[in-house]
Amino acid sequence: MRSESFDILIIGAGPAGIAAACAASHGNESGKGLRVAVVDDNANAGGQIWRTQIAESKGATVRNFWSTATKAPLRIPPGAKKWLERFQWSRTRTLTSTAIVAAPEPGLLLAQDLTGPLQLNYGRLILAIGARERFLPFPGWTSPRVFGAGGLQALVKSGLPIVGKRVIVAGSGPLLPAVAATLKKQGGQVVLIAEQADAERLAPFVMNVAASPGKLLQSLRMKASLIGVPYRTGSWPVAVIDRGETLRVTLQSSAGPREVDCDYLACGFFLVPNLELPALLGCDIQSTEKGVMTDAFQQTTVSNIFAAGEITGIGGLDKSLIEGQIAGHAAADNQPAAKHFFRARGRAHRFAAMLRQSFTMRDELKQLAREHTIVCRCEDVTYGQLNSFQTAREAKLQTRCGMGPCQGRICGPACEFLFGWKDDSIRPPMFPVPLENLVS
Amino acid sequence: MAEMITLRINGRFVAVPPGSSVAAAIMLSGVTTFRPSVTGEPRGPLCGMGVCFECRATINGQSHMRTCQLPAQNAMEVRTGDAI
Repeated sequence: MRSESFDILIIGAGPAGIAAACAASHGNESGKGLRVAVVDDNANAGGQIWRTQIAESKGATVRNFWSTATKAPLRIPPGAKKWLERFQWSRTRTLTSTAIVAAPEPGLLLAQDLTGPLQLNYGRLILAIGARERFLPFPGWTSPRVFGAGGLQALVKSGLPIVGKRVIVAGSGPLLPAVAATLKKQGGQVVLIAEQADAERLAPFVMNVAASPGKLLQSLRMKASLIGVPYRTGSWPVAVIDRGETLRVTLQSSAGPREVDCDYLACGFFLVPNLELPALLGCDIQSTEKGVMTDAFQQTTVSNIFAAGEITGIGGLDKSLIEGQIAGHAAADNQPAAKHFFRARGRAHRFAAMLRQSFTMRDELKQLAREHTIVCRCEDVTYGQLNSFQTAREAKLQTRCGMGPCQGRICGPACEFLFGWKDDSIRPPMFPVPLENLVS
Repeated sequence: MAEMITLRINGRFVAVPPGSSVAAAIMLSGVTTFRPSVTGEPRGPLCGMGVCFECRATINGQSHMRTCQLPAQNAMEVRTGDAI
């Protein structure tokens, strides 16, 4: 099997991972260089937030120099350019289209890329694997015309044509207006944004954003109105009927249910950290909301393993960049450099706490799934089949809930929200792997 | 403008801009249902980031490829609708 060795191995090439790589590449306190690498499951560095919109005929384009899988000219999102250039200058080794499969012993990860299995040896490991959307089941949510909110944004950025399509953007979080803006820019017709949180709950968030323009340039409502899309708070989808070419979405609010037709529904309920790999590595986790436990230098409870970004609690771009730099410097034994970012991290953490509080899921969302609504999409397990069980383990053994290809990544957070289940039985392989890769 | 990438989806030629994912190419070819679920329900991509496995298709004979994570390449043969 192919094998590679690095002093510092970073998992995840989003903002936290890129910031960690830039910091780690400065070396230790005396400036000694280190072998640093970043691994990512995606074909390009940048993560979800810096996912590049594939090029159109207009707009500046640059060569996609950091990709090993494609040589397409891509448009760089504003704000990302500085970091992506620093990342290029850092000469960090970048392994894209590479997924971590198992962690057989300390200092060793098994991975697979498009050509087969791969051994990755490391001195220190920085986990910067980000977050995914939380999906909550409601009647009709498995229709092929229903996407995640970030999911549809990612697909559009990777070339899905959206021109003329009527889209409802729904769910929860600051991502929704950003998704609407992307869809609109690419020619989609965003009918409305339905944010489940009430306006009163969002008030501190909107005020804080206005008070700190560095966080987000506009408040959510302002952002929505700037692109000409109604932003409805206290509104959420309760059912979708797939009518063949179109969808009929029922939106609930204090004014009662309302039916709206569209072509696509883009729906995601805030974010959940990707905690499977840290759990597999034995890192202590505070909670799904607060993520991986770390010390002041972003080191987890397992020595030589650090964590940065969304996996230590959803907090957005600034928190990821700051924590990434702290982790990168600390992993390179440059603690003084890491300490420069402590104050900024304090601010980012206060913002993160407020963000999570503002977008708390309302209790009514627990009533969305009906008897026959599918909760586990891999194994087609319904709410009615799951309702009688007490624990995730019991449900898993009896129904196969969470045992399909996604390994509970979609239904796990949904079951935690609906039933209060915690499933902490992470076992390798983390992803479906061809048998020959396991054997070798 | 860079040259387009041409791949074949269910026997039909589709041209997409470089950097497009296979998932985007599949939808561009008019396919919305990527695969049937274990009970035969129609499914398509959900997460767009390689997590949910709903966008799987058979590529160059290899089944269960996550098409949202894979950039389209010239002469790729893609087949949708395969059950598990």
